[in-house]
Amino acid sequence: MGNTSSMLTQYDIEDVENHCSQRFTQREIVSLYQRFCALDRSGKGYISGDEFMSVPEFAVNPLSQRLLGILEGLNFKEFVAVLSAFSPLATINDKLDFIFRVYDIRNNGKVSSEDMIRVLRDLSGDFLTDKQRQAVVTQALEESGYSKDYSLTPEDFLKVLSNGGLKMDVEVPID
Amino acid sequence: MKKVHYMDDEVIGSESPQGRDASLFKPSKSEINLYQRHVEDILSDSAYKPDGEKISLRNLLDISPTLSEAASAIIDDSFTRCFKSNQTEPWNWNIYLFPLWCLGVIVRYGILFPIRLVLLTLGWIIFLGLFLPVHFGIKNHEEVRKTIERGLVEFICSVFVASWTGVVRYHGPRPSRRAKQIFVANHTSMIDFIILEQMTAFAVIMQKHPGWVGLLQTTVLESLGCIWFDRTESKDRSIVAQKLKRHVECEDSNPLLIFPEGTCVNNEYTVMFKKGAFELDCTVCPIAIKYNKIFVDAFWNSKKQSFTMHLIGLMTSWAVVCDVWYLEPQTLKLGETPIEFAERVREMIANRAGIKKVPWDGYLKYYRPSIKLTEKKQQKFADALVSRLGDSVDWR
Repeated sequence: MGNTSSMLTQYDIEDVENHCSQRFTQREIVSLYQRFCALDRSGKGYISGDEFMSVPEFAVNPLSQRLLGILEGLNFKEFVAVLSAFSPLATINDKLDFIFRVYDIRNNGKVSSEDMIRVLRDLSGDFLTDKQRQAVVTQALEESGYSKDYSLTPEDFLKVLSNGGLKMDVEVPID
Repeated sequence: MKKVHYMDDEVIGSESPQGRDASLFKPSKSEINLYQRHVEDILSDSAYKPDGEKISLRNLLDISPTLSEAASAIIDDSFTRCFKSNQTEPWNWNIYLFPLWCLGVIVRYGILFPIRLVLLTLGWIIFLGLFLPVHFGIKNHEEVRKTIERGLVEFICSVFVASWTGVVRYHGPRPSRRAKQIFVANHTSMIDFIILEQMTAFAVIMQKHPGWVGLLQTTVLESLGCIWFDRTESKDRSIVAQKLKRHVECEDSNPLLIFPEGTCVNNEYTVMFKKGAFELDCTVCPIAIKYNKIFVDAFWNSKKQSFTMHLIGLMTSWAVVCDVWYLEPQTLKLGETPIEFAERVREMIANRAGIKKVPWDGYLKYYRPSIKLTEKKQQKFADALVSRLGDSVDWR
């Protein structure tokens, strides 16, 4: 998959399709590639943080910095694999894995109350005090029967979030 | 480390004694507010949906709406679409058409381009040969000098248009010269200016460019009464605003042409119009320009190409086809704000040219959106949480 050419071969498309476990169709992959090339203005083969931030709708999102940590510097194949969590064909597990990844910034397989407070901070900015954030997290944990110092595992995530209602499907426009 | 510029860096505290003058081209507070409202319309609420009295872990952990907004923006967003040049489907893909296409390339690059280049050079020689003596020679008869200069500028613009075989259809009554009147048009490339200029010698307000274009700007075009600004130079703004006011008040000056989008857009969309042009207490005459992409895409992506390369691209294509509509002059209605006036005119132009409107400010090409927009979302989220916490939590 040449970094500078804007052409994908059928082989490339199938390779990417397999890598994202068929969560995107081939047409969607072609469309995503056009988008990737449009964002990667200098043709380096990956999208830099700056280039992501040049999309105004992305830049105003409170979680943009966290997502940059996950998305920047990825080549096209990895980019599609990461975004495949948002495909309507993705399983609940795919989506939960993604959400877990956003929370688990230290990548240690567990989401502590500290991690939750940090995400809450991104979402609420300076409009909540540290005390309020701590109170929110503590109340939420205790209300679900966990202690306030408990660190959530992926299995806990599955238990808490699996009964439907996750709105995490994004449509890829196909011209 | 590269400094990141935000949209409202200088708004706070930049209010000069004259108020509006200083913020003529930087988005002002009211523009940002309008912009915020628009942005919120299209961005759905990162909804924190309460589902009971207390805050459950489920609600807290479910950040999927916010994540989906971000993913949606990455996959497709309306701002980037404004600056995308659509790849045309290749039509030369089979054994009959390919040789034909090759022949076409030979004709365009080998025959047409040299002829056009010669034509352009000749035109420039004639133009400079007449313009320079007239400009520096005729000292006493201002009226005559100006008339000749206007005619010459119209001439050289016609030469330019001919050099890319411009097929331009003009619709509507030609612009007349009157005081307190300005013209606004949608912007796709610098050639918009040339196409309009060959009909009427406008004075234009434009971003100052480097290189040979800049040289032209400061010499020839200055004689028309053109005004230059530097997007990056903040002190420049109030001077420019004053020049504008003086220009429109003077009966003699050439009609003023402004491109309120502030940047080149791909002729499929329009970005928001800056209100500066609509606050001058003048009649606004809208002009709509639509290019037909049949032979070439006239969109100039200034980040991807220099103007020279853009011109060469035009000169090596068969023709540039476009329509220009001079629309009915508009004035500020009773009770209408300048921003609403700008939007109304933008609607007229977009409808006539058959292009879509997006609620983004064109300057987002160069600056990041204001942090206040993120803060607004954060505040909404925080307020929802606090109202749920109420007195069920011990703050101490």
